[in-house]
Amino acid sequence: MRHLMTPLDLTVEELDDLMDVAEDIKADPQRYAHVCDGKLLATLFYEPSTRTRLSFEAAMLHLGGKTLGFADASSSSAAKGESVADTIRVVSCFADIAAMRHFKEGAPMVAAQFSGIPLINAGDGGHQHPTQTLTDLMTIRSDKGRLSDMTIGMCGDLKFGRTVHSLIRALLRYENIRFVFISPEELKLPDYIIEEIRSNDKVEYKELTKLEQALPELDVLYMTRVQRERFFNEEDYVRLKDFYILDANKMELASDDMIVLHPLPRVNEISVEVDKDKRARYFEQVRNGMYIRMALILMLLDIKPGKQ
Amino acid sequence: MSDLINNGKYKLNVGKIDEGFVIDHITPGKGLKLYHDMGLDKLDCSVAIIQNAFSRKMGKKDIIKVETSIDNFNLDIIRLLDHTATIDVIKDGQIIDKPELLLPKEVKNIIKCRNPRCISSIEQGLDQIFVLTDSKNAIYRCKYCETEYGDTK
Repeated sequence: MRHLMTPLDLTVEELDDLMDVAEDIKADPQRYAHVCDGKLLATLFYEPSTRTRLSFEAAMLHLGGKTLGFADASSSSAAKGESVADTIRVVSCFADIAAMRHFKEGAPMVAAQFSGIPLINAGDGGHQHPTQTLTDLMTIRSDKGRLSDMTIGMCGDLKFGRTVHSLIRALLRYENIRFVFISPEELKLPDYIIEEIRSNDKVEYKELTKLEQALPELDVLYMTRVQRERFFNEEDYVRLKDFYILDANKMELASDDMIVLHPLPRVNEISVEVDKDKRARYFEQVRNGMYIRMALILMLLDIKPGKQ
Repeated sequence: MSDLINNGKYKLNVGKIDEGFVIDHITPGKGLKLYHDMGLDKLDCSVAIIQNAFSRKMGKKDIIKVETSIDNFNLDIIRLLDHTATIDVIKDGQIIDKPELLLPKEVKNIIKCRNPRCISSIEQGLDQIFVLTDSKNAIYRCKYCETEYGDTK
């Protein structure tokens, strides 16, 4: 039995296989419409989430399975003080697979130690969000046809953005990657992530503060939101929240085949006028998220079309 | 009083031990923490803690002398808690071994994660586990949230 706690739990080959299956589902969803008939996915969401929970539920429903669960801690036995270890033991009696989001970092790792069913980390505080990373990788591969030999710009809150850290670690395993990190001084990447990048001889990086300066050389631009909940001081948040706004004028500086990704939700960092640009791929990214979660559920349940 | 000490009139002497071990060269002030974290407070044999002893090499140091066999102790924890400390194993009043202290790959319930957002801050009965992630720089990270030991985020 396997769990998914971080994107690095999967080898590069397994990731490739997973993305192949996701693309196959996307191309021919009918073929997979009943592969999970009779299976149950438990969505254990201790903190509110819109996209991720709905994406997991849609994924299981499209595979023919059913879902059960809770959408915030107050409607779960956690409100009575139950440990995650006990909760997952109980859920293991009902469901075939589970996805857990928790406000405490490392909670899914603890639950996995006691789980009788495959468990997917659906986000734990500011720590990991592996299915978002799988979504990002699939969208890049789908558009570019590769995950190597490219220049990737990451812009915005690089200090607290767990999706950024996770994507960087996943991309470090591919050949000839160049990173351009664009952030205000206060939201630069943490030192330990920079150290990880430096320890990889095959990867180049540079840090900039001006988005305009970076745009012409990028194959992928990964925009992020400045998250209000990460700031202790409202003044700092107000000062930094609109530091970068990607608009139609700035998009003119980028190449015709640069793609724009965003883990969503977006606030002001991408102007709505950019949505019409064919290079804006963030809504396609959401769609891919469902397909990659479908592929992941199949992988962890060891189900293949025609094999149940 | 300090003149008397400097002139050697008052000296603290703790006698030799015949069988046991001495944790020497402890960073001054860390002796008591080592004593507790190694569980020496739970022994019923003689244990001596000497604080701020004179050291040619360090100026001052703490020393712990324990009059029992070393076999039941996980000595690797010493390296984690204090990188300057050394060990002398004593038998028949003589030093018979100076085991090399290595960084343990994993430590359980010795140090605590200080990240308030870590699951270990609320989960009942959960072991506090830290994993050695960088042996060159002696960096340990919480097994659950990956926060570096000593880093409060």
